[in-house]
Amino acid sequence: MPGHPPKLHLHVPGPTGRPGQATDFSYLRVSAAGEVPRPAVDIVPSHTGTMAWKLIRVLDDSGRAVGPWAPQVEVEALRRGLRAMLRTRAFDARMLIAQRQKKISFYMQCLGEEAIAVAHAQALQSGDMCFPSYRQQGLLLSRDDIDLVELMCQLLSNERDPIRGRQLPVMYSYKRAGFFSISGNLATQFVQAVGWAMASAIQGDTKIASGWIGDGSTAEADFHNALTFAHVYRAPVILNVVNNQWAISTFQALAGGEGTTFAARGVGAGIASLRVDGNDFLAVLAASRWAAERARRNLGPTLIEWVTYRAGAHSTSDDPSRYRPADEWQHFPLGDPVMRLKQHLTGLGAWSQDEHERTLKALDAEMSAALKAAQQFGSVQDGHIPPLATMFEDVYKDMPPHLREQMRQAAAHEGGS
Amino acid sequence: MATMTMIQALRSAMDVMLGRDAQVVVFGEDVGYFGGVFRCTEGLQAKYGQQRVFDSPIAEGGIVGTAIGMAAYGLRPVVEVQFADYFYPASDQIVSEAARLRYRSAGDFTAPIVIRMPCGGGIYGGQTHSQSPEALFTHVCGLRTVMPSNPYDAKGLLIAAIECDDPVIFLEPKRIYNGPFDGHHDRPVVPWSTHPKSEVPEGHYTVALESASIVRPGDDLTVLTYGTMVYVAEAAARETGIDAEVIDLRSLWPLDLPTLVESVKKTGRCVVLHEATRTSGFGAELTALIQEHCFFHLEAPIERVTGYDTPYPHALEWAYFPGPARVSQAYRKVMWP
Repeated sequence: MPGHPPKLHLHVPGPTGRPGQATDFSYLRVSAAGEVPRPAVDIVPSHTGTMAWKLIRVLDDSGRAVGPWAPQVEVEALRRGLRAMLRTRAFDARMLIAQRQKKISFYMQCLGEEAIAVAHAQALQSGDMCFPSYRQQGLLLSRDDIDLVELMCQLLSNERDPIRGRQLPVMYSYKRAGFFSISGNLATQFVQAVGWAMASAIQGDTKIASGWIGDGSTAEADFHNALTFAHVYRAPVILNVVNNQWAISTFQALAGGEGTTFAARGVGAGIASLRVDGNDFLAVLAASRWAAERARRNLGPTLIEWVTYRAGAHSTSDDPSRYRPADEWQHFPLGDPVMRLKQHLTGLGAWSQDEHERTLKALDAEMSAALKAAQQFGSVQDGHIPPLATMFEDVYKDMPPHLREQMRQAAAHEGGS
Repeated sequence: MATMTMIQALRSAMDVMLGRDAQVVVFGEDVGYFGGVFRCTEGLQAKYGQQRVFDSPIAEGGIVGTAIGMAAYGLRPVVEVQFADYFYPASDQIVSEAARLRYRSAGDFTAPIVIRMPCGGGIYGGQTHSQSPEALFTHVCGLRTVMPSNPYDAKGLLIAAIECDDPVIFLEPKRIYNGPFDGHHDRPVVPWSTHPKSEVPEGHYTVALESASIVRPGDDLTVLTYGTMVYVAEAAARETGIDAEVIDLRSLWPLDLPTLVESVKKTGRCVVLHEATRTSGFGAELTALIQEHCFFHLEAPIERVTGYDTPYPHALEWAYFPGPARVSQAYRKVMWP
């Protein structure tokens, strides 16, 4: 055989742009609005390849709703959606400031991703259960039965924190709002959502589950377990993969997104799968409704990859300027979900710049008033925290003797000695 | 009253609970149609249907993860991990999720699941079918770890575990599934039908969690043990003539400390016995507890008899297994230090 075989080398994927460079977003493969067909909900899952490789979009560049995925939706629902996105953004902005003022220890915003949780919530029904990761606060902030003050008490870890100061800020738990306790560990909740959905099916119930995971943690075994179990038992679950391009500094290619899509993983597992513009409120609503209908009609799971961009830092402990171009969001081809729905509603004559500014002002006042009220119950900083006993309670349903003894010992040392 | 093996008693416990509580479901690898590789779930799918008793993919993380989701919905899943040696892929779901769900959500969600796992050696299973990982669970706050040693306790403890609102790790010593075993591997197998603890009621009853059992009263020394080793401890007492008080912990953690302490205060001597590896084994915790609570009553240093700090060997199984000779030696050492 002539010559030598080439030396092997290891391929380590990375982003097209690093600080000081311009990102080439052509890797995203963006379809035109209206281009992707909308199949019947009883499509054979293995036939969803087109929907998993292309990008389902409804809003075109001029803000018009076009194509087969354009949903039938009341204008008032869209106005509610825009207000909920603005509310989520206002909440995040106020809490970021509170963190910088050291009122709260930690925060995670969802800037740029608001449409996904807010529009998805509109497709679910009372009694359904979401298993969120830490960037779906829009599920809670789009509801009017979740008290902002109580949310902020969780962030302040104060005496009124409903989860008694036991978790980092943002790790909410709201069973009554269909919002499963956020773990803080990645991916674990994805397979639990499948189990919850299986339970609903076992019991002959009508409720469905919706599991959430980021692009980065699809590399975890729990993701693959979730897909296997969801497919095997045809679980009534929506499997949401929020592909916001970045997991802290880990670009989505390093989670396995290079040259493929996360939605394609679902097709390979036998699951009907869609790849959707996550910054397009109408596309999110339409795809979520399609998946929910499949689940409710016993047609099984749907995996949806939501393509979006994490416009902010991963958390308040993160500085993205160290690993990606500072202006990347401005060049992201799918834009800002708030501005896109605003453009659409303005085009319908159902929103105006004046209303927009009034809404922002009212939300800002709502946030300030709520934070002021929440701070009256103290914070982790001023020591108005849950009592010592709460450290030992709820480890077991009934406190065993060894914890009673340890609680007694801790109480003897309280105040420092 | 019926005579049952451990396998029949465990099956009866699941049968009773599937019949009593529509929220109970049973699943795991080979558990449904086939009835489990050890036959513990045989006939349950035929009786209760495959919505309640079913086979699962070979993915322990998926089995436990879906069980937690089901429990959050309101079911009471009883899942089987085919061998305790296989639980490791489910570690995150057990440690970070099931064990802490009540705590982290302040009771908003709970995970009342039972994870059954055959454990221990003595069956020539080699290093992937013989492990006793109980200390990996007793170290995790929020879990209950239980290990029965006979058919009566197996059924009563499993029913108590299914009815418990905390997640329970239910370890089943597979060497004694079909009969008690005292470590004399060269002697004929003894069936359960010859043992009084094989008398098992057909219906519902419980053996309380956090309750130890004094299986052999004695005055000379106290043996703290559980699972298969209960029978080795009894054999060593017979063979040495030392009047050992053998305590079967049954619930490893949380445990029945007063029964242990009372016994050691009475005898003044203590041997801790388990099959698992020695270092950081559960015996270390037992030893520490006894010295904390009984130090001024002790007449001799506490002795530990355990598996060696090696993987469980295949060919050298009986050199590894803490049999009656090693246990007898420990008895003599604490009697005449």
